[in-house]
Amino acid sequence: MQAYVTTRTRASTIAGIAAIGLVALAVAAPAFVSRIVIQDLFFILTMLMLAQLWNLIAGYGGMVSVGQQAFVGIGAYAMFGGVLLWGWDPVPAIILGGLAALALSVPMAFFAFRLQGAYFAIGTWVVAEVTRLLVAQWRALGGGTGTSLPRQVTADIWGVDWVADLFGVREAAARDILAYWLALALCILTIAAIYWLLRSRTGLALASVRDNDEAARSVGVDPRRVKWLVFLAAGFATGLVGALVYMQTARISPDAAFSVTTWTAYVIFIVVIGGIGRLEGPVLGVLVFWGLQTAFASYGSWYLFALGIIAIVVMLFAPRGLWGLLADRTGLALFPVQRRLILPDKKA
Amino acid sequence: MSDVLVLDAVSKAFGALRVTDGVSLAVPRGQALGIIGPNGAGKSTLFNLITGNLMPDSGRVVLLDQDVTRLPAMTRVRMGVGRSFQIPQPFEGLTVFENLLTAAAFGRGLPEGQVAEDCAAILDRIGLLARANQLAGSLTLLDRKRLELGRAMATRPELLLLDEIAGGLTEAECRTLSDTIRALHGQGVTIIWIEHVLHALISVVERLLVLDFGRVIAQGSPDAVMASKEVREIYLGIEA
Repeated sequence: MQAYVTTRTRASTIAGIAAIGLVALAVAAPAFVSRIVIQDLFFILTMLMLAQLWNLIAGYGGMVSVGQQAFVGIGAYAMFGGVLLWGWDPVPAIILGGLAALALSVPMAFFAFRLQGAYFAIGTWVVAEVTRLLVAQWRALGGGTGTSLPRQVTADIWGVDWVADLFGVREAAARDILAYWLALALCILTIAAIYWLLRSRTGLALASVRDNDEAARSVGVDPRRVKWLVFLAAGFATGLVGALVYMQTARISPDAAFSVTTWTAYVIFIVVIGGIGRLEGPVLGVLVFWGLQTAFASYGSWYLFALGIIAIVVMLFAPRGLWGLLADRTGLALFPVQRRLILPDKKA
Repeated sequence: MSDVLVLDAVSKAFGALRVTDGVSLAVPRGQALGIIGPNGAGKSTLFNLITGNLMPDSGRVVLLDQDVTRLPAMTRVRMGVGRSFQIPQPFEGLTVFENLLTAAAFGRGLPEGQVAEDCAAILDRIGLLARANQLAGSLTLLDRKRLELGRAMATRPELLLLDEIAGGLTEAECRTLSDTIRALHGQGVTIIWIEHVLHALISVVERLLVLDFGRVIAQGSPDAVMASKEVREIYLGIEA
């Protein structure tokens, strides 16, 4: 039998080519868009990364964490610690943020993996809150009120001078551009890594564990191993994002860095609206979220109220999100992971 | 050496209920063994003890001359134990083909590329090739049963455990499934099959074992076991 296996679709080939063009455009963007647009793009990219990472553990791994803000917060604080206490440059200190988040994800997984379903979610939240309370005791980094990166540090960040010269902008704008480029690189890396993971053997293991833990064990899959792997990887990457976000703002406080609303609720909103369990979902979701935020942010709490209603409506009428709705109608898949068996002679 | 599986006084209780009560059993290589017994006799529990989905309270499980009593299910799969579940448990979000691919890749510890052909061949054999790229969650009961068998086959087991694979099927469907199982047996796969559909079971197995209240109450050739008065009373109800 001349059967072969493929994941590619025509749409994915076109999407691949379009993505390369889009990336080239995104890299060149600082040359022709304003600082406000760069800041918006930075926001979109960072939220997209967080959404992809949450989607990886919840949508693909079935681990609904409500404690991802712990990794954002600890990542950001570790970066600040590296800069303010040990005199690191903020850019390499971002790695420190990732490592700190990785270190935190070990005890969090240790506790939370003993819990199932809603208890898992609450468990992760509890660990995140405990971490926030502990970090708020860290006097050297401003305790409960937080602290800022001093001007002489932010002005000397690796590459800022070069960017400032390249585009003829001032130091603050150059820092935004640098952060944007880092976010772009990290975002591409994150999506590529998740896509690679899902197409690898581990992707099958992850899906089988999500669908049926017991049956997965009965075909030789080790559920604990895959869960640990994705939870730790997501923790590390979430920490990097946290550090990057706070390098850009240059100001930190425990309440902001460990905010469950910003770093988990919004992220869940993006994934649910866009479509859980698919890579395309968060991409669509983050654009919808950004649009809503730009249009309605001035309405204060009514804005949050509207977000909640939209989330409920989507969950009721399109449980697989907007992308799910679109894919069900058209069969479209830009990041296909399904292995399709192709038989040349269909035994017509 | 010639025994694929040996159970040595294996017991398991859920609370005060002894579901498996000192079961000892040896299954020689290549044998097809049928297990019957009334509902609640402990048949599925016995399977779970063999596969490692449950751990026994006492006794030993020996697989291919190795004591596996404390080894987890996934390790035993890699040693060569394949199973189907009584209630089909497909990976619903994966396609039929991916269900087999997962089992083949992880059950045998091989890369996907090396097992894809084999999975396609198994799909052809169990009549699911046309549905290869369909999501497993969308299958009918018969196809789910076929998938259970196919997924267990994909791990290329030395010992195949089938849990009521023929239940709920029509006569013709049942015959197709029995044919597939007989062919596997012909290839030298050792089979333990729990089944209520007796004629399907007896058409394949050469040895029959009767469980009741977690204990082995009779075993031997299917004819001898089915002829024994004790079995007819306990299992089939009192007949004239």
